[in-house]
Amino acid sequence: MDKVTLYINGTAVQAQKGATVLEAALSAGIDIPRLCFHSALPPQSSCRLCVVEVKGARGLIASCSLPAAQDMAVTTNSEKLFKYRKYILELILSNHPMDCMTCEKSGECELQEYAYKFGIKQTPIRGEVTNYPIEATDPLMMIEHSKCILCGRCVSVCRDLWATEAIDFSKRGFSSKISFPFDKPRLESDCVFCGNCITFCPTGAITERSALGKGRSWEVKKIPSVCPFCGCGCNIEINTKAGKIVKITSNENTPVNKGLLCVKGKFGYDFVHHPDRIGKPSACSTDPSADSASFVQQPCGENGHPCYPSTSLHENLIKSSERLSRPMVKKGGKFHEVSWDEAMNVVSGRLLEMKQKYGAEALGVLCSAKCTNEENDLMQKLARTLLGTNNVDHCARLCHSSTVAGMVQSFGGAAMTNSIEEIEKASCLFVIGSNPTENHPIIGAIIARTAMKGAKLIVADPRAIHLTKFASAWLRHKCGTDVALINGLLNVIVKEGLQNNEFINARTENYEDFRNSIEKYTPEYVSGITGVPKEEIIKAARIYASSKNAMIFFAMGITQHTTGTDNVLSVCNLALLTGNVGKEAAGVCPLRGQNNVQGACDVGALPDFYPGYQKVNDPNARGKFGKAWGIPLDNKIGYTLTEMVNFAAQDKIKALYIMGENPMMSDPDLLHADEAFKKLEFMVVQDIFMTETAQLADVVLPATTFAEKEGTVTNTERRVQLMRRAIQPWGDSKPDWQIICMLGKKLSSVLRRNEPAFGNVYFDYDSPAEIMDEIASLSPVYGGISYDRLGKIGLQWPCPDKNHPGTKFLHKDRFSRGQGRFNVVEFRPPAESADNEYPFTLTTGRVLYHLHGGSMTRRSTGLDFILHEGYVEVNPEDAERLGFQHGQHVNVTSRRGTIKIKANVTDKVPPGTVFIPFHFAECAANILTNNALDPVSKIPEYKVCAVRIEV
Amino acid sequence: MPKTFNAKTMEKFQALSQRYPTKDALLLPVLRLAEEEFNGIDDDAMELVAGLVGVPPAKVMSVFTFYTHYRRAGSGKYLLQVCSTLPCALRGSQEIFEHLKKKLGIDSEETTKDGKFTLKKVECLGSCGTSPVVQINEDYYENLTTEKLDEILNKLQ
Repeated sequence: MDKVTLYINGTAVQAQKGATVLEAALSAGIDIPRLCFHSALPPQSSCRLCVVEVKGARGLIASCSLPAAQDMAVTTNSEKLFKYRKYILELILSNHPMDCMTCEKSGECELQEYAYKFGIKQTPIRGEVTNYPIEATDPLMMIEHSKCILCGRCVSVCRDLWATEAIDFSKRGFSSKISFPFDKPRLESDCVFCGNCITFCPTGAITERSALGKGRSWEVKKIPSVCPFCGCGCNIEINTKAGKIVKITSNENTPVNKGLLCVKGKFGYDFVHHPDRIGKPSACSTDPSADSASFVQQPCGENGHPCYPSTSLHENLIKSSERLSRPMVKKGGKFHEVSWDEAMNVVSGRLLEMKQKYGAEALGVLCSAKCTNEENDLMQKLARTLLGTNNVDHCARLCHSSTVAGMVQSFGGAAMTNSIEEIEKASCLFVIGSNPTENHPIIGAIIARTAMKGAKLIVADPRAIHLTKFASAWLRHKCGTDVALINGLLNVIVKEGLQNNEFINARTENYEDFRNSIEKYTPEYVSGITGVPKEEIIKAARIYASSKNAMIFFAMGITQHTTGTDNVLSVCNLALLTGNVGKEAAGVCPLRGQNNVQGACDVGALPDFYPGYQKVNDPNARGKFGKAWGIPLDNKIGYTLTEMVNFAAQDKIKALYIMGENPMMSDPDLLHADEAFKKLEFMVVQDIFMTETAQLADVVLPATTFAEKEGTVTNTERRVQLMRRAIQPWGDSKPDWQIICMLGKKLSSVLRRNEPAFGNVYFDYDSPAEIMDEIASLSPVYGGISYDRLGKIGLQWPCPDKNHPGTKFLHKDRFSRGQGRFNVVEFRPPAESADNEYPFTLTTGRVLYHLHGGSMTRRSTGLDFILHEGYVEVNPEDAERLGFQHGQHVNVTSRRGTIKIKANVTDKVPPGTVFIPFHFAECAANILTNNALDPVSKIPEYKVCAVRIEV
Repeated sequence: MPKTFNAKTMEKFQALSQRYPTKDALLLPVLRLAEEEFNGIDDDAMELVAGLVGVPPAKVMSVFTFYTHYRRAGSGKYLLQVCSTLPCALRGSQEIFEHLKKKLGIDSEETTKDGKFTLKKVECLGSCGTSPVVQINEDYYENLTTEKLDEILNKLQ
């Protein structure tokens, strides 16, 4: 029996066995007052407000932690309980300021709500009050201890949901308070600034300092949308007042993140309102770190609230950091503002001139993993129809092109096989070449807490990451030895007979060849290549193979290698060998880095695919799209992003149109890229800021941010979700889809003069919804997707028709390619290895507080406050040998360039290996990186190159 | 500089870590080790303990500040721990505490300027039968009155 029946206020209520009385009551629609309880957290049992009477029991019992039992008779509402609860509230209020009229939480405060319900105007209890000062040591969050009711929700969310454990109770009894370790500022603690403690705080004790005085619950509009940063695709609510974003919140009913957010999603929004318009010189020239310091010490305002600075702390950070508000055309080396009409004339005129002069293959278009599905669809349509070229690509080339190449070969589909919500059901999690805590924080938190609850975690990473703390096995292999490592695991599994023969026989092919190929990869041999002790290899192999459901997570540590495709094939081999794919909570999960990198690929922002992964060189697909779009299409596969840059340097590409990408930060070997872009005859950049790339352009078109437009984005778990417009576009900026429509209409009106067929190419869209209908009509995986179906939870593709509910996990019963294919993969060393001249191995990556080239995050006050400067991680042994200290600046040099950068001496990296995050233009890691390409997917090897360090 | 345990304490730590089933349980005796080795516990000692036991620093601070029986580094030559739990309170511990406050001119968890005395209000010392009780360093002083206490303090140099 898994149900029990109890009687609540005389009514029979059925409850799941193990449910608490409170849960049973709530599910039956019976409300019980409560303050410390939160449905997402384990019971705290601290506030005592939820007490009930239980027949036969002595005293009153807290219903939040009382298991429901068969035939239990419970009273939730009586005069006795009312008096008791009122007294509890009066006790709490006796040590709580009655300043609701100026409290940020007013209107959403659970304590205020209960005081109202119980009719408490003033507490009759007079006594001691705690008097801890307000903690406001950073611009993001503040703690007012006087409003804290010590419910423990913040401690619980930090520990049980976010697996961070940065805060806890300190002291005891009446003196108890919430503390960071040693009462130091938040910045010096383990806090990761996710702000989920704010979300879970029932009172105004923890609040967004960044939203102080900007509007309270009844003044703000909450517009549901999707976070613009990483590929998790968390659901957010944009809180606006008077046309400005006040703060970002989320709620627990959201499908992806269940109300949780990370620091970027919660606090990184303010780039939208970056203060100055274009053309105005930066006002601030002081040292930004000095600014930050003076800010911290800023005294409290008159009303006792800490002051919040009105302007950004780092206006001098990046020259021309302002939001673009008007189109601009470069004349005589300088940008001049022009009207949209004039801009469109210049862009269409020059593009067609280039097309005529050099042919369509000399034109290239970069779409954007930051733009919506509709925008990417239109951009590739414009390229393939009006410009007549398949030279369409976007930054997925630089992150997951090898995933696409590898997973298509193994499974027939390149997307994450499972859903985020399945992670907690897995019994083994294998994380290789991925640091989700920093790059996909919501997934990182779920993995960590799943491990805390008992699932086995295997981490393979040269660096110590947050997850290694929770790992049952940590394989610290050398950079670029992933194939060898995984072949070692495969070898152990086969040798010990742990493979899933039933699955291999029924669902796979090419097993024999594969098995022969891994024979030589014994643990001893692999240990020699990877540096991982053979015992660890054996241990990890046994854990993975003997788990009921195992999920593999990988990201750039696997893909960004000259062996990227091979790495992905190896990972797929591992899943196939153990039958860990095609079922719930078991699969291969490439984690997507940008909010719509999955969607941009889905809708054909690639040189070889039309929307829905239909090949441009497949005559049927070409015919279908040509017919739908009204013009015959080119059958030649276009150039990849990396090829376009190289061909620009060789004068083969003459014009580039770049939408929402910043290759001058994200490409490898930036000095080479700079040279290439400068050789272009014509370059258009459509973006929200004057980025490093935009500065090289001939025309800059101001686009809107995520908050100013509508459209869909597809997250890493294939969930297509709606972004909604929350505020009006800044200045004269326009949503990207409108800009493309304008340009499309302009181009077709010129082209049709000579070739009437161009008049058939439709760019007269009224809304993103209309564009999505076209996508759905042409790509089967999106076939059932339309705006009216997306609602609050979106739809996970494949969703072939209007009645299809979407797909939670892929390859059930049958792989997309039919059988799953084992591939023979031999280990190859990286393109560049450390040697005498360049003795260190450099690996690059992202950090929690910034995203990619930093165009958005470095213009966010809070994110910039937390991490203002780039750094190179160096092991203490190496630092000592080379004679420099933590915090000192050093020169890092590769065969391609030199950067000056601050040293972060830490044993996170092993001796001989250094790590640099690539967000910082003034010490750009990509000046150093190697543009050696994976032969199949053309992804560059960002993760391994050789450098030397000089003091 | 981060603190480290000496070899002998590390040996004791190794032995303890075999004995306790959970990290949380291990935390208590390891804090005691730190207290012994460093003559009191400071922030660096808590960081060390957090790293060794494998719990977050916030947890160590939470436990350390919850239990009054751990000694904070920088305490005076004599640590006067006044039991304030119910039986002692009924037998006059509050009076004793107020007396000490006045006499020494310090509040709980403060140290006299000459570094001689640290006053601390603590929870039950487990000697209710001889209440009120003050623990001075390692010794218990029982059935106290303010007069008796004055005599005792006069003898402490």
